[in-house]
Amino acid sequence: MVDTPVRTSTRDVARRLPALTVWLVLAFVAVWVLFLAEGTSAGPAVDDPGRFVVTLLDALTFAGLLFVVASGFTLIFGLMRTVNMAHGSLFLLAGFTAIAIQQSMVGKTTNIAPEDVSIWSWIGPLLLAAALVAVLGVVMHQVFLRWNQGQELRQALITIAISVILADQMLRQFGGLAKTMVWPGAVSHFVELFGERYATSRLFMLAVALVVGVALWLWLTRTRMGMVIRAGVDDEGMVRALGINATLVFAVTFFVGAFLAGVGGVMGASFAGAATGSDGTWLLNSLVVVIIGGLGSIKGAVAGSLLYGTVVAFSPAYLPSQYTFYSVIFSFALLALVLAVRPYGLFGRPA
Amino acid sequence: MSEPLLEVRGLCSGYGDSRVLDGISFSMGVEAVGIIGRNGMGKTTLCDTLMGLVPTTSGEVLLHGEHIEGRAPEKVARRGISYVPQGRRLFASLTVDEHLAMLAKGTRGKRWTPEAVYELFPRLAQRRSSGGTDLSGGEQQMLAVGRALLLNGSLVLMDEPSEGLAPTIVDVLVDVVHRLVAEGTAVLVVEQKLRAATAMAERQLVMVSGRIQAETTASELQADPELQRRYLGVGTAVEAGDHPNGASRERTE
Repeated sequence: MVDTPVRTSTRDVARRLPALTVWLVLAFVAVWVLFLAEGTSAGPAVDDPGRFVVTLLDALTFAGLLFVVASGFTLIFGLMRTVNMAHGSLFLLAGFTAIAIQQSMVGKTTNIAPEDVSIWSWIGPLLLAAALVAVLGVVMHQVFLRWNQGQELRQALITIAISVILADQMLRQFGGLAKTMVWPGAVSHFVELFGERYATSRLFMLAVALVVGVALWLWLTRTRMGMVIRAGVDDEGMVRALGINATLVFAVTFFVGAFLAGVGGVMGASFAGAATGSDGTWLLNSLVVVIIGGLGSIKGAVAGSLLYGTVVAFSPAYLPSQYTFYSVIFSFALLALVLAVRPYGLFGRPA
Repeated sequence: MSEPLLEVRGLCSGYGDSRVLDGISFSMGVEAVGIIGRNGMGKTTLCDTLMGLVPTTSGEVLLHGEHIEGRAPEKVARRGISYVPQGRRLFASLTVDEHLAMLAKGTRGKRWTPEAVYELFPRLAQRRSSGGTDLSGGEQQMLAVGRALLLNGSLVLMDEPSEGLAPTIVDVLVDVVHRLVAEGTAVLVVEQKLRAATAMAERQLVMVSGRIQAETTASELQADPELQRRYLGVGTAVEAGDHPNGASRERTE
């Protein structure tokens, strides 16, 4: 009764070839970073383990932020096939809003010192701002996108239009200067690691990302709504044919996806500041992560974030110093390499 | 005769400009009814149209006397049609348990709960934590049936349940169909295999080019190779070898 398909050996070989290439590239990179990286700003890892650990932590913490933002994007796409081009706008709007809320909580608009910021005047604005953009996301979906369900191009164009409008309105409201959300005083110091100083706030950011990731995972695996969403990603029509109200599930998913963009936006505003233009940057970041990981897959978002974060952190540190400028190319080399081996991304499936 | 459970009148539908269903009419009560026909005759389109997955162009569908044509699939399902689609359409990301848990809400106290499904298909109970698509073909079909049963609908709609299954598994499904009907649930089963179709339902509707061409019975169909050839064509002539009359294998083309 077991009728698993028989795999032929030729197919096995053909399947392994691209993987072998990838392993070779990885092996070369590992050897380079460990032993050969003379003349780079970090130096070979065996000579300077401190710099290596710091770069690794940079990679992980940035990956955490990437994951929070990209998981929201991939969740919405996975279920509804909606490419939400306004995801970056929701990110930035949450950042600006959280900064404004924090300023009013602390009672100062400029020169806020970390000591002024209690943990609650960071988490409070985070939750409020994220909830606000989540509601905005639901409104956006109910008013503009619902009627065009299944028309992916139209939905993408609508969300582009929304992102342009939001960008202008944010410029009017918050001005063109970069603003920063201030980390709470409790995490604004440094720790000593292998002889290097490392910002606790970055580790805190990683912790927040882990909490968000675990919460998302529990929600998707342990709740009925989570099961329905995963089922809907696989086969939306069948979910509906089983009597499940897809409209409600879509609205909840849009809420959560936009909420994640908001949480990411507040983390990003604390980590690198909120400024006109970071909406586009973070839309692009989300796209790169989910294309690497596979559109619609949360596992893929984890893998994509880790890979992209690693490349972003390591390439400037381990390129010969005079070539550091070219490090950005490596993000796209990563994208090309992954797509050459897995055209639908690491965990993606054909639509 | 009292009001039929399901009544279909002049149902038409299709994709874009092409019309696949061309005026389907039939009605059924609490019984097992088979719809049999060759590939490409519109059998799956009929199922999808009844479920609201393919839009209805014209015609009426009444379930318990209520119009359901043109309704959203979730509304049709909640009115009482439990769908077991062609190819099972299980969820690759969900385990067996999750397939059932997802639909368990509101089943308490009704005939079909996840526990009752596991009782019906003990093999599924052994594979609770396996992924939906890691199961064997037979187990997948059991899960697809079990999942549909959790809706506790008044009509179970099955599209090619025997496809790709070993005869022993088909027998299990045949048994389930008979049990459902005995318990008062109607079953509409769409098939292109004679053996499975005739074992599941005595009343058979023959579908040709988007219409119900004829109504016959399983025994009539089994006894008459000419009828089989006319309505079911080559596919069945090959398969007819395993039916008791040993019908001829001559080709029709």
